[in-house]
This record gives sequence, C-alpha cells and structure tokens, in this order.
Amino acid sequence: MGKTLFEKIWEKHIVKTIDNGPSVLYIDKHFIHEVTSPQAFTGLNNRDIKVLRPKQVVATADHNVPTLNQHLPIKEELSRLQVEALIKNCAEHDIELYGLGHPYQGIVHVIGPELGITQPGMTIVCGDSHTSTHGAFGAIAFGIGTSEVEMVMATQCLLQSKPKLMRINVEGELNKGVVSKDIVLYILSKITASGATGYAVEFAGSTIRSLSMEARMTICNMSIEMGGRCGLIAPDETAFDYLKDKPLSPKGEHWEKSLQYWKTLFSESDVIFDKEYHFNAEEIEPMITYGTNPGMGISISNNIPTTETINENDRSGLTKSLAYMGLEQGHAIKGQKIDYVFIGSCTNSRIEDLRMVASFVKGKKKAAGVEVWIVPGSKQVEAQAIAEGMDKVFEEAGFILRQPGCSACLGMNEDKIPAGKYCISTSNRNFEGRQGAGARTLLASPLTAAAAAITGVVTDVRESLPNPSEGGALAN
Amino acid sequence: MTDKNKYENTKLSSPFRGTGGFKSRFVPINIENIDTDQIIPARFLKATTKDGFGKNLFRDWRYENDDESKTFAHFPLNMSQFDGEILVAGKNFGCGSSREHAAWSILDAGFRVVVSSFFADIFKNNALNNGVLPVQVSDAFLQRIFLQDNNTELTVDLENQSITINSTGEQEHFEISPYKKTCLLNGYDDIDYLLSIKPDIEKFEKEKNY
Repeated sequence: MGKTLFEKIWEKHIVKTIDNGPSVLYIDKHFIHEVTSPQAFTGLNNRDIKVLRPKQVVATADHNVPTLNQHLPIKEELSRLQVEALIKNCAEHDIELYGLGHPYQGIVHVIGPELGITQPGMTIVCGDSHTSTHGAFGAIAFGIGTSEVEMVMATQCLLQSKPKLMRINVEGELNKGVVSKDIVLYILSKITASGATGYAVEFAGSTIRSLSMEARMTICNMSIEMGGRCGLIAPDETAFDYLKDKPLSPKGEHWEKSLQYWKTLFSESDVIFDKEYHFNAEEIEPMITYGTNPGMGISISNNIPTTETINENDRSGLTKSLAYMGLEQGHAIKGQKIDYVFIGSCTNSRIEDLRMVASFVKGKKKAAGVEVWIVPGSKQVEAQAIAEGMDKVFEEAGFILRQPGCSACLGMNEDKIPAGKYCISTSNRNFEGRQGAGARTLLASPLTAAAAAITGVVTDVRESLPNPSEGGALAN
Repeated sequence: MTDKNKYENTKLSSPFRGTGGFKSRFVPINIENIDTDQIIPARFLKATTKDGFGKNLFRDWRYENDDESKTFAHFPLNMSQFDGEILVAGKNFGCGSSREHAAWSILDAGFRVVVSSFFADIFKNNALNNGVLPVQVSDAFLQRIFLQDNNTELTVDLENQSITINSTGEQEHFEISPYKKTCLLNGYDDIDYLLSIKPDIEKFEKEKNY
C-alpha cells in the first residue's frame, strides 16, 4: 500500500521514536507572536540556553495590536508590555521580527504564506491553533502550547504521537454565492466541532482542487474547529504558481529542486484512511452559524434547529447556546438584525476576500446603525487593497478600513464587540464571549457578511447577486 | 523507555506517585464543548508570566458583567458545597484555542486532574506538560460521576490507570501513553528529554534529505 500525503511528510521528519511512546518530530519553521511566546523565552532564560535555530523562527505582532493609529504607542499598558517583550526577546535571540511598522507585519497565518516562508513538505508550528492554515500548501502545520513553543525554540523538535488519518472529499461545482468559507462551515455542520479530534485531515476532491490558495487556506484554517490536529491539501500547480517569486520562496536552482520534491507530495491512489467523508458541492448553500460553536451552522435559508429535531445528547447544548445568542429555535436566521460586521482574521482577511467584498459593495451603502470593520490580514494586503482603490469603495460604502491585526476575532485587543450585540463575522469562532464578553457572533463568508452590511440583517447573498448571464458572477 | 537516566532539571511535582492513588472530591461542570475561551477569556492573556491565572478561570461563567460582586450562584465554582482538586466536565473539553493559559488557570485554581469523556488534542498536551492529568472516561461513567453527591470522593490511580467512584466502588480503566505516564509519575518534562538528545537532533539536521 502506498503512503498518504501526511505520512510522506511525517516520516521524513522523525528524528527518533521512543519505545512505546511518541516520536521526536523535527520542525522546519516556527512562527511566534507576542501572546504565547513570553513565558517560553523566560523558560529558555531560566535554563540559560539560547534559541537553537533562530533562522527557522519568524516573529510578528498580531493578537494584541491596535488596528487604528498603529504609528502611536499602544494605549493598553499590558498589551504594550507584551509587544515590547517580543521585541526584546527577538533581539536577544537573533530572531527576525516583522513587528508593528514593518512592511511585512500582519497576522501570522497570513504573512507566512504571502512571504513564501510556508512551503510544501514542511513541518510548521506556532503557539496558535490556527496554524493549521499553512497545511493548504501540503505541509504538516499545527498549533502548540507555550511549553511546546519553548521546546521547539530549545531543540527545534517536539514529541508527537502520530494522529489518525482522515480524508474529506468534496466533489462538484459550487453554487452561485457559495465560497470556501461556506464549504468549511458546511463540513463542520455535518461532522461537528469534535468530528476530527485526533485526526490529521486531508481535504481532497475536484471542488478543493478548483480553489485558489487563499480559498484553500480558509478551509485548512478551520480544520482545528473540527478538532483536527492539522488540515492539509496536496500541493499542485495552483500552489506552485502562488509560491513562485514570493520574497522568501526558493529561487533558481533551489526552486527547481524544491519543485521536483513538492510534486511527489500527494496521497497514493491505494491508501486507506482511518476515516473518510464524501460531500457534494452542489448541496452546499451559503452558510451561517446560529450557536456557540462553529459546528452549529445551517444553510442561510434554513430555520434554526429545534430540540425535537436533534440528537437527545445535544439538546441542553442547543438550549444554552440559543439563550446566549438571544435566538429562538425553529425560527428563520434570515432577517436577523445585526449591529456589527467584521471582515478580517486569519480565516478571511486576504486580498481575494477583500476583493470579493469590494466588488459586491461597490456603489452600495451600508445600512444605518451597522458598524462595518474591514481589517486586512497584513501590511501587504492593506497596501494591495489601497493600490486597487478598495479604500475608496469601502469609504463610499461607509465601511472602516482598519490596519492589520487579529482585531475583533478574539476579544483581546481594543477591537471588541459590545455585550448583547450581533456581529456577522468572517472569523473562525463563535464561542461565548469570543469577540468580547457577551458578544453574539454569527460566522459567515465575506460575501454573506458584505450582504448583511448593506441590508442590516442576515441576508441570502444569492438574492443580491446578478445572474451569471449578466456578467456579474463572483469568483470563489 | 529509553534515555530514562538522562532526565534532569525536573520541576513538576508529582501528586500521582505512591500507593492508593490520588483521592479528592470533585467540582462538576456538566457542560459539553467547553472551549478554552470559556476556561480563560482572551482579555486575560496579556501576562508575560505563568502565574495568577486561577482567579480568572471560567471568569465569564462566574461573574455577571465581569463584576466580582455579582456571582452567578448556580455555577459550580461559586457553590461552596463543591470542592476538591478534580474537575469533571462534559465531553470535548478544552476545544478551540491552543492557549496554555487554560491549563495554567486550571492548575493555579488548585486542580490536578480533569475528567471528561473526550478532550481536545492541544489542551490534553498542554495539561500534561503542566502536570495536570486528563482522565478520559466513557460517557456512561461520566454521567455516573455527575449523579454523585457533593461529598463523594474519586480516586485516580495513575499507576494502574484506573478511576474509582469511592462511594459506589464503580471503576473504569483509562488510557495514557506509557511515556506520559512515566513523566507524570516522576515529574519529568519533555524539554528535559529533548535537550538530552541534542546530538541526535544535530545528526538528523546533517543527514535530512528534503
């Protein structure tokens, strides 16, 4: 039997395996940020050791940064101290830092790929669960805790047990108004927020292969929301084209050699996965969540489930979630009034996401009483958006184009959604309080979020899209 | 396990060593899919040390509008009849963010064991790396624990990999990797081990073929 994509990469990175225990996995790239690294540096300092391979570590400041007036000192003292600690630690340990003010600064999972640091066949870790994003390039990429950040800084290795392997196949053509975020929210609604726990998940099938790299990243990004240890997609011409000529991708002879290797990275046709799912793209509609975990999603034209229609074990969870969300079971989600629109996060803040939003809202105005934040994923995305004139489109629509950072995804920095308010968000988590204590999050695609920004209520974007024959179909 | 004699520099205390197992009453939180944003909300992640997170454990389920004078009376951590060093929670505990602050807050609040019928991967690793033992039991056994009164003690015997409801004698076996078990019983941590095999790592770097 041949090998899976995951196994091919995994086996090349095993330094040794402990008898009856985990393997020592070599890590090629380590991304760090200000929130989950300070205690790890303290650990190194306490042991009086230096980062073993500083050239394999890249740092940025994203979670705790403001997204307005980034040229001014950070107002919140603790946030400022954390960002300052990162600057000091990176200087002491000779680590490249794309911090505030640097033209490469941005959300760690946006900058890794756009700089060409993320490459097929690599093992990549970061003290952030959405590290699974990088798997879109055919890499084993996963989130780790701070103790593990310390281990990787000290030894460039981690102790890991091989996860079980799952493949999720999506075949067929996507419907109008359906984009990659809808695919992953659909999968989550089918397999639940713990459906992939203990598994490395490979996404495959004609639908996945037809997606751009940015769209693939959105899907791998949310594999952690299924509980997956990582998510990955076999690299192909789309991936190679994306990587060519990126600032830090291989060049010249090294590029040719890398390409040769990358082309071997796919699951052989006779492999058997521990678990396999098949989904039909034609059955996917624009999706939205109604509850407090990302598995609680429905097609936008459907009603919120009732306790009678769901598994007995899930009933108390549904009741609790809907009480928090202030929503009624059995009711339509369409037409639900919203207060905030957040377009950003490591899930959906790349240039294609912003283009999708800009092309939809061009010439339109936001609904009265709705606040709309567009937060580009990086300085490069921001610069590109401005170069394409999107800043004017957003301004005319009444949207606020902010500066790069994690922003309102996680209720940590200054950007928070007030208690009780409804936010339609392109981020990845609708947990209680995720966007601020008491905030109510509805997860959706950038397109569905943009539609809601214009109407002020949850809207089926398909009703506002021109027919393809009129020449206005939006790309995925 | 190989390289056993090479452990040094260990700091974790080991309440799981010795005969008879680890005995304690427990605090039940009968809710499923408890994510790490509930365990410790992001606004409390601004510290640069590992200390003091316990007071913010389940912050938004303990206090109304973040006001310590307004406690939610029916949240188990606010109920004086519940006490102990074992936290018992519904399935898929610790999903979401990789923040190790979740494990630090649980440890700092005085818990050494978390019992659930399912754990998220990253949380499980983070707990083990901090000397907090995740004990995964069957759904049925978990429900049996939730049915016990607040004076019931549980015994977690790491050596024999069993958990017992002391009042009824009901017992279940739990799984843990032999490596992690040895670490927890002896207070070893992974970083000590990895540092001890540095020559192997350097050799790997020289010979790797990708």
